[in-house]
Amino acid sequence: MSVKLGVPSKGRLMEKTFDWFGERGITLSRAGSDREYAGAVEGIEGVELVLLSAGEIPRELAAGRIHLGVTGTDLIREKLGGWDRQVEELAPLGFGHADLVIAVPSCWVDVDTLDDLDAAAAAFRAAHGFRLRIATKYHRLVREFLREHGVADYQLVDSQGATEGTVKNETAEAIADITSTGDTLRANHLKILADGLVLKSQATLYRSRVAVMDDDERAALVALLDALGTR
Amino acid sequence: MPIRVANRAEAARLRAIFEAAGAVPVEAPLLLPAETLLDLYGEDIRARAYVTSDALRGEQMLRPDFTVPVVQMHMEHGAEPARYTYAGEVFRRQEDDAERANEYLQVGYELFERNNPAHADAEVFALIQSVLEGLPLRAATGDIGLLTAAVAGLNTTERRKAALMRHIWRPRRFRALIDRFSGRAPVPPTRAALLAELEPLVGAEPMIGLRTLEEIGARISALHEDAAAEPISAGEVALMDAILAVRETMPFALEHLRDIAVDMGAIAGAVERLEARAEALAARGVDVANLEFEASYGRTQMEYYDGFVFGFYAEGRPDLPAVASGGRYDALTRQLGQGREIPAVGGVVRPGLMLELREGRA
Repeated sequence: MSVKLGVPSKGRLMEKTFDWFGERGITLSRAGSDREYAGAVEGIEGVELVLLSAGEIPRELAAGRIHLGVTGTDLIREKLGGWDRQVEELAPLGFGHADLVIAVPSCWVDVDTLDDLDAAAAAFRAAHGFRLRIATKYHRLVREFLREHGVADYQLVDSQGATEGTVKNETAEAIADITSTGDTLRANHLKILADGLVLKSQATLYRSRVAVMDDDERAALVALLDALGTR
Repeated sequence: MPIRVANRAEAARLRAIFEAAGAVPVEAPLLLPAETLLDLYGEDIRARAYVTSDALRGEQMLRPDFTVPVVQMHMEHGAEPARYTYAGEVFRRQEDDAERANEYLQVGYELFERNNPAHADAEVFALIQSVLEGLPLRAATGDIGLLTAAVAGLNTTERRKAALMRHIWRPRRFRALIDRFSGRAPVPPTRAALLAELEPLVGAEPMIGLRTLEEIGARISALHEDAAAEPISAGEVALMDAILAVRETMPFALEHLRDIAVDMGAIAGAVERLEARAEALAARGVDVANLEFEASYGRTQMEYYDGFVFGFYAEGRPDLPAVASGGRYDALTRQLGQGREIPAVGGVVRPGLMLELREGRA
């Protein structure tokens, strides 16, 4: 069998990943038509390309169904409990930069820090009878971050997309989301808290700590990591 | 499987002991309405409890402990004083440590009593200690009431005291607030700029969301009031630190706290209550002279213990969770009772851990 390398199946993340491997002499490509999720690997023996949604790659690594995978730091830390026991970070790839941040309406001139957010949450709960809502899809990371910083009287509400719009739609009072430039936040009249950076994320190459390997696969992995210069 | 059978038998044995001590056996549902627990503990409970849901009842939690349902049951139809015991599974979500059990048996003893808190505290502690006899355990005790008394007695604004009270159980934010209120931490530049602004709300960004302009204005006024207030004095901060640093056997701790109370009269009542408890414990045969007391103990658990707190830990095994724990939770009854309250104290033991330690399986 061969070493299975999981790569995001579409978009810029896929293209940039292909470029990164290409610069190191390994050509990854999508086989056949654009609609077919099969891949080809040239420049090294015994490596198989598996195209997956970036969000599924953490789970596949943790299950040992792929040996290597490219995905965002944010997804690994959100989806895997005790992530560093399940996967090893081999190399940051230098693209796909995004920050997971806490943002509040820009009109909240009195709120600039987590300290302010906590105080505002206490007053909000007293005035409205429910805990201040923070919309996010990163429940675990945000909850851990807010617990660590001692913020109380908030609740997380799930938002799987268009999170920046939830405040205007009055389904949340604040948000925690990924941003790279902050433009979308500003366009939606939101501002990032001064100490509201939860995580700096970028596309990263991970190795599964649980995937089993036979001797051939092990040799192929060593050769691949040598070629990539990540050993 | 044989271990589960043994654990259940041990749980039944312990519950029988608690019944013999006068407790009425009670049962609690496995599924609890999530909203009640979320209101009490906040979002953090989601990291500790399993949440499930259906379209009719909405979110429910697999029972993370018995305290809340037992309090609710008592407040609905209990007579006073009341003693309850229960034995059953509790479920704790584990997100980081695969070694920690996510399902285990708890046997508990809860006492609702209005007249003599020191005796009630001592009754629960002595009973729990008696069923643990022979196990290599170390007892830890504390008293959240000391800290709340110290905060209530600070020479500062009510708003600051309320902020500190709210974060008694979050030591890091509590510390940050103390630093801010005492002037040890600088005012963040954005806050200073906001306070310097004559009309901060004019020309602001478009108003979005449910938080109103009035609410923002009210907070700005509160910030102005706070900026004008005298900082909490260095002397008071030092006394607060001295209280939090107390960690010695009960007689020395008492002596130390009496000294602090000379300068901080606000804690005198709490120290007297601690003393009364120590006497009540001694009267029940607890070796108070060697009992550890730690003023900051019990602040990082989510349980809303607000007075006496205790835990029993396996000697030399910091990897194991507490084999038994408990405390006083008057505030919880206040929150669940919607205006009514009943002083309450209780404790739980983990029969599975007890057997593991006894049989050297741990």
